[in-house]
Amino acid sequence: MTYALRTERLSRSFGAVKANSDISLAFESGARHAIIGPNGAGKTTFINLLTGVLAPSAGEVYLAEEKVTGLAQHTRVKRGMTRTFQINTLFPGLTVLESVVLACCERDGEGNVWWHSASRAQPQIDEAHSILAQLRLDRDAAMESRTLPYGKQRLLEIALALATRPRVLLLDEPAAGIPAAESAELFGVIAALPREVSIIFIEHDMNLVFKFAEKITVMVGGSVLVEGPPDEIARDRRVREVYLGEAVHG
Amino acid sequence: MKRSAAATGAPASALPTARWKPLEIAFWLLPVAAYFVFPRYLTLGSQIFIAALFALSLDLIMGYARIISLGHAAFFGIGAYTAGLLARHGWGEPLSGLAAAAAAAAAIGLLTSFLVVRGQDLTRLMVTLGIGLMLYEAANQASSITGGVDGLSGVEMNKLFGVFAFGLNGKTGYWYCLAVLFLVFCFARTLVRSPFGLSLRGIREGERRMPAIGVSVQRKLIAIYTIGAGIAGIAGALLAQTTQFVGIDSLGFPRSAELVIMLVLGGTGYLYGALLGAATFMVLQNYLSNLSAVYWQFWLGLLLVLLVLFARGGLIGGALGLRRRLMGKRI
Repeated sequence: MTYALRTERLSRSFGAVKANSDISLAFESGARHAIIGPNGAGKTTFINLLTGVLAPSAGEVYLAEEKVTGLAQHTRVKRGMTRTFQINTLFPGLTVLESVVLACCERDGEGNVWWHSASRAQPQIDEAHSILAQLRLDRDAAMESRTLPYGKQRLLEIALALATRPRVLLLDEPAAGIPAAESAELFGVIAALPREVSIIFIEHDMNLVFKFAEKITVMVGGSVLVEGPPDEIARDRRVREVYLGEAVHG
Repeated sequence: MKRSAAATGAPASALPTARWKPLEIAFWLLPVAAYFVFPRYLTLGSQIFIAALFALSLDLIMGYARIISLGHAAFFGIGAYTAGLLARHGWGEPLSGLAAAAAAAAAIGLLTSFLVVRGQDLTRLMVTLGIGLMLYEAANQASSITGGVDGLSGVEMNKLFGVFAFGLNGKTGYWYCLAVLFLVFCFARTLVRSPFGLSLRGIREGERRMPAIGVSVQRKLIAIYTIGAGIAGIAGALLAQTTQFVGIDSLGFPRSAELVIMLVLGGTGYLYGALLGAATFMVLQNYLSNLSAVYWQFWLGLLLVLLVLFARGGLIGGALGLRRRLMGKRI
């Protein structure tokens, strides 16, 4: 079986703290896979290791069964793995359309074209419009990103990632900081993405996780506690003790 | 294909286009008019165009890619010495001299870019400053070639196109500098509106996000730093060719610092800010230093402080802010 994304004993320490230890996970292609766990479980560190923001202390990352452990961030994106950020990491002074066109042009290798204006990159502009329509941002195309309401900025986060045409999409708390009604809508958009895209996401809202995920990995203290389909996870005693217990007290 | 844009109701302003606005055309008619209105100030005019071109080169790297440099005069000086030395040793054809100067400055720019793009703001500031200081002292030491502190004289230029001599009246120099400035400006204007320019603005606005959409930031920075160095070299060559002299101050730190002042004065990241800032600086310098040769920098300093405090974004940024406020009130 070939996996869309796989890790082998991936570890990362910060001094004496083991943020991730011996994480071996495999994500099937077309996955809708949630990673949950209390704060400090090492979820974001895991995403940073997968995408090359951080270098692992030990272990390997395989993208479509090819080792990508030593590759730079931007090279992994070119290979088909893209992430979004928990805290909006956008281009505040660019318009929404400019931001997405930028990502499309770079994906197509047009990003070093200097001899004509960006308004003539028609295929990329058309695609940017269709991505924006998909995320219901089409009416905001001409707005500066910084002037968008927060919820729409979260959508732009995803639009930028989609513009790279990922095969594996890593969403780091896509609904962080937006009201429940809006986050359901945002997950509706994510759910509508095609199956060619494998989606791995970190999320704190358990309603969303259990509604949307087909598989769940629970992380605690930098390690994998348990993995399984949602109904199993919901029944798992250790998960309820450790995860929900901490959430209640913490 | 047009349909998707129309359906969303997104105005054309969502992306930069190549179209020239009336205000831009009017702006470029000013130096043409100035030739007839101020015939006694043609030399000052050439100096303004050279400073503007130099400031333009810094705007590309500082205003668009946000690389702060305190040593940009290094490339200006390399261009000046390249063109000056060529002409002194018998190669007085101006256009090939310009090309050689651009190539030399760009080559050094490429070599040093690897050091510059690595660090963050403060590191870059120090690295560019350090490279500038080293080049200055190298030119000072190699006085048998460069003339050292006495400067490089004996720069003899051929006639431009074999027809127009670089005379004392400054007519040829005026049109030559203006034409070169305009052509390089068109290049820069195209560049910043292109997909490549969009990437540069992306780096300026969100450097952290760029790798996450698959962009190697370093490569882009190396490219623009090299281009900026080449253009600074052209500006230096223009100075050497039109004044037929190269002073060692063309490499010096004060010139780098003045350049940053010009750009901040005009506003970074608009291209026109560089031109306007350089022109304002040069005219003020000329006017105020006639009143008091030493004291004029006081007024410059005051203007700079006021601008930075009350009109962020320099003259252009201030004007845009004012327009926005007035339009806002009208609505």
